[in-house]
Amino acid sequence: MKTKVLAIDDSRTIRNLLAATLEEAGFEYHCAVDGREGVDMYSDVDPDVVITDINMPNLDGFGVIEELRGTEINSKVPILVLTTESAPELKARARGAGATGWITKPFDDASLIFALKRVTGAAA
Amino acid sequence: MSGSIQDTFFEECEELLEATDEGLTAIEGGDHNPEVVNAIFRAVHSIKGGAGAFGLDDLVAFAHRFETVFDEVRSNRLDLDEKLIQLLLRSSDHLSALVEVARDGGQVDEAHHDTLLAALDEYIPEEEEDLSFEPMGLGGPTPVGDLGGFAAAPVVPQEETYRIRFHPLKEMYGTGNEPFFLFQALRDMGELTVTLDENELPGFDAMDVNDSYLAWDLVLVTKEPRSVVEAVFEFVEGLCELSIVGDHDAEAEANALAALDAMFSAPPADGAALPDPSPEVDSGTAAAPFEPPVPAPEPEATPASAVEKASAPKAESGKQEQRGGPKPTLRVELERVDRLINAVGELIINHSMLAQQIANLNVADLRDVETELEGFKNLARDIQEGVMAIRAQPVKPLFQRMARIVREASAATGKTCKLVNEGENTEVDKTVIERLSDPLTHILRNAVDHGIEKPEDREAAGKPATGEIRLSASHRSGSVCIEIKDDGAGVNRPRVKQIAIEKGLIPENAELTDSEIDNLLFMPGFSTAKEISNLSGRGVGMDVVKNAVTGLGGRINISSAPGKGSTFTIILPLTLAVMDGMVVSVADQTMVVPITSIVETMRGSDDMINNLGADGTLLSIRGNFVPICDVAGALGLYRESEQQAGVYLLVETETGQRCALAVDDIHDQRQVVIKSLDGVCGEIPGVAAATILGDGKIAMILDPESIIAASPTAAAFDTERRLSNAS
Repeated sequence: MKTKVLAIDDSRTIRNLLAATLEEAGFEYHCAVDGREGVDMYSDVDPDVVITDINMPNLDGFGVIEELRGTEINSKVPILVLTTESAPELKARARGAGATGWITKPFDDASLIFALKRVTGAAA
Repeated sequence: MSGSIQDTFFEECEELLEATDEGLTAIEGGDHNPEVVNAIFRAVHSIKGGAGAFGLDDLVAFAHRFETVFDEVRSNRLDLDEKLIQLLLRSSDHLSALVEVARDGGQVDEAHHDTLLAALDEYIPEEEEDLSFEPMGLGGPTPVGDLGGFAAAPVVPQEETYRIRFHPLKEMYGTGNEPFFLFQALRDMGELTVTLDENELPGFDAMDVNDSYLAWDLVLVTKEPRSVVEAVFEFVEGLCELSIVGDHDAEAEANALAALDAMFSAPPADGAALPDPSPEVDSGTAAAPFEPPVPAPEPEATPASAVEKASAPKAESGKQEQRGGPKPTLRVELERVDRLINAVGELIINHSMLAQQIANLNVADLRDVETELEGFKNLARDIQEGVMAIRAQPVKPLFQRMARIVREASAATGKTCKLVNEGENTEVDKTVIERLSDPLTHILRNAVDHGIEKPEDREAAGKPATGEIRLSASHRSGSVCIEIKDDGAGVNRPRVKQIAIEKGLIPENAELTDSEIDNLLFMPGFSTAKEISNLSGRGVGMDVVKNAVTGLGGRINISSAPGKGSTFTIILPLTLAVMDGMVVSVADQTMVVPITSIVETMRGSDDMINNLGADGTLLSIRGNFVPICDVAGALGLYRESEQQAGVYLLVETETGQRCALAVDDIHDQRQVVIKSLDGVCGEIPGVAAATILGDGKIAMILDPESIIAASPTAAAFDTERRLSNAS
């Protein structure tokens, strides 16, 4: 069974990059274009891991984490935050909201897969 | 794979830059709505994110500063004053330039780049200035902390045994981190033994389900460097008690220090200082091989159970792109649309061939067939219009780019002017939009450079200090009208005339109407700049603009009022794929003349023809003389029959010069599909393109301007006319 990833990012470029890397690595890839759509899609997709951008229209990444963590059933799903900065305060804030980890943009294939492995155990 | 994704990135950049421009324009207009600021921030941020993925470092660095300043604005730590807005506008322009360079190659104006960076930095508080944008190294994850610092010296991968003590705090479980997965990641690096330490586990009564009692002792034998081992625990740093001790830590540190010492004391050090590769692998640990830790009294469910949930419906794929924009759109490769356009063109040709063949059948009653044929024709037209609409794009992005041209030109000339855009949603064929960019740029630079006066002069003339240039687009009876109107000084006619005389373009005593003087601007080799300014100069004149417009099948006019400003009007066909043409025959050949250039058609009689010089002839039309230009002669065709050219097409060139094109006969007026000759044969003087007629034959589409330009009679007459005007 493939590991299901729900990626939430308003940048088409980043979505395509994620799709290319993840599909090649054997993940099942789903994406949403903003936080609101991501949260709406969540129960349909029922992902094993969520990757979300921070700066997005409608609902930002922190909002996504809060909404997902706010419901009992999702309280354990790993959520990785995509960020361009590796600033400690941003990580702290994401973690405070309940993020599992982070992926620093620009990411390469190896670090993306490595991050997913550490939170899902899956190589694919 | 990155090729197509990179294309996506540049496409997306266009949209994001557009959004940035649009937002900044709104801000410039006084709209300081936080959502506008947020939208710009996100756009710039996305550009940065994408650029990072493709290693476009200049773009990343610049976008980062730009974004940081915006973040300050967003957090209300900076006021959007006029000075900052101007800086942001220029930064946005520069960002576009950087994207262009990244996409098309070329050079960035480095001085400008540095100036802007420095100007942006002034708005960034000290502690934010650190550009902590860390591109991921080749190996991947960024090391956590710098424990064991010097161990980073060049090391041949050697096995090391790490003893890891891992004790999660209860907070860790709230973040979705799972010890089991961390251990799996470690196991992939080498040989791992895991020992569960449950000594802290209290009695059942005392147990708090939300607390964390378990700890693990791990022994990992791996060739991976320490940084990679540490990286496994990156996400739980601070959420656990963690210690990682390598068996060779002390040794490695000593070696690294020795290496450093050696470097400083004896500069040309040879390899002797490298750490001693003595892998004393300690394999004597008596722990059991890897076993998944039994999450015995683990209070919460593991996410692994999620895998067992029912598979999700796949409904989301279709709705991905729908949000955010007002209407759903479909992205299609341009080539597919062009193929469709081509096919529709063939369909129209096919229709006329069919109609012609049916007409040739000599069937008595064709009424039903004709009705059906008419229906066919209308449907083909509908399809054609539909396809044309696909290629049509609003001029908005083009117009928005022009705002930047005006800003740059204003800055370079020390003038202040603003560009007001109107009719941005007017749709024009994509190719037309692409090819309009250069002429518009040139006209706008000219308008700023020569049209708009310096602020003090404007005030002296009782005008607002800031000049205004109005760029508008509208549809006008089957064509597109682009107007560039400035409120500057207008054409300096005495000066223009003087220059034209100095350059020998007109005789000294020429008497020209105002409009004729204005049109001198379009003559090749004309440039009013006293010295070539680095702005609109560049050695190209308005003649290049005119050629570009006529190359699109359009026309350009200028009108000007002294002290009030000038207006350039560009009239363009809606599409480049079809046009209305007059089908004529010339020396037994069928040809097409664009309707747009024809003023009048007439049959000539001998008494209308007058001789001029040895070979020239003039046509007398209602008391006026117009030079006759024989198309057959101009194209080098010979008539086999005795038939003479007896039909005249009166055409007018852009400079107002009139000429009668002599052809043998006029057949029809119809819409023809333009087929480019590019790549089929070289440039033929006098021929613009070709088309396929109803009978399947190829017909050349003539270019009246170039035929007239090559005609000695027309040239001689034109000089004559100017001289007679002068006397």
